[in-house]
Amino acid sequence: MKLVNLLIIFLLLTMQCTFAAEDIYPFKNNKDSARFNTLTNTLRCLVCQNQTLAESNSGLASDLRLQIYQQVQAGKSDVTIIHYLVDRYGDFILYQPAFSPATYVLWLAPIAFLSLGLGVLIRYIYKAKRQ
Amino acid sequence: MRKLYGLIPLMLFIVCITVMWRGLSLHPSDVPSPLIGKRAPRLQLPLLLNTHLISLNKELKGHVTLLNVWASWCVACSEEHDLLLHIAKNKNFELWGLDYKDNPEAAVSWLERKGNPYQKVLLDKQGLTAIDWGVYGTPETFVIDKQGIIRYKQVGPILADDWQNIFLPLIQQLASAS
Repeated sequence: MKLVNLLIIFLLLTMQCTFAAEDIYPFKNNKDSARFNTLTNTLRCLVCQNQTLAESNSGLASDLRLQIYQQVQAGKSDVTIIHYLVDRYGDFILYQPAFSPATYVLWLAPIAFLSLGLGVLIRYIYKAKRQ
Repeated sequence: MRKLYGLIPLMLFIVCITVMWRGLSLHPSDVPSPLIGKRAPRLQLPLLLNTHLISLNKELKGHVTLLNVWASWCVACSEEHDLLLHIAKNKNFELWGLDYKDNPEAAVSWLERKGNPYQKVLLDKQGLTAIDWGVYGTPETFVIDKQGIIRYKQVGPILADDWQNIFLPLIQQLASAS
């Protein structure tokens, strides 16, 4: 009985939902295919904003995947392709926003909060020791 | 000093509530366009029910243009259609339609049924021009000044309030500029 329970827990823990868009693009080599996958997995779909371009089934995401595919096939660099999309849709399309004045708070707030917490903790331990 | 420390949790609580309260009124689906203040991207498309490509960037100049991205399959587009018909009487600007990923016959019958507010209707069957313009949904409306520079983009239908408070003042300002 115990073994069955363990097995169920194991299966639940290892269960993964994988969503992939349905269109299949033939690539000349594995390198291009990997580039395409990385690009579509790090760019946001603007229609369904919590999905990447790779995951989304929206019409726009599929159009943009085709654009990315064609540009990868044409031998354009990752930077060029990302630039092409940011020019049109803005930084919002990037899942990892650039470190710029507009995003300082976003990037630095976790560090600030962590140091604040550590500061309080150290102070607390120091005081407790002295008493 | 001790007393002040006691107030810290309350202060943190107030900060949290303020931030979250503000979060309720944000519209994360309205993505700001990076094209504001930039020259209008290439606009080379056939007119609806016409197969010839025409380049329209030159024709954008000399007057304020509202470019309304719509489609006959778009439900939200019917919401603003009455407003478009109404504002089309205004002579301060030209109203152009960009028919996005649509069946031309369906688009024509839609316009015949509901009335055509547009001076020009361009057909973007593949949606490629729309990508150049950073369109991610219908309807969207661009305000383009006399020099062909994009000044504003509205995501979603134009409501009467938007028209009064955003579009009219902006168009007036752009139309009176030389």
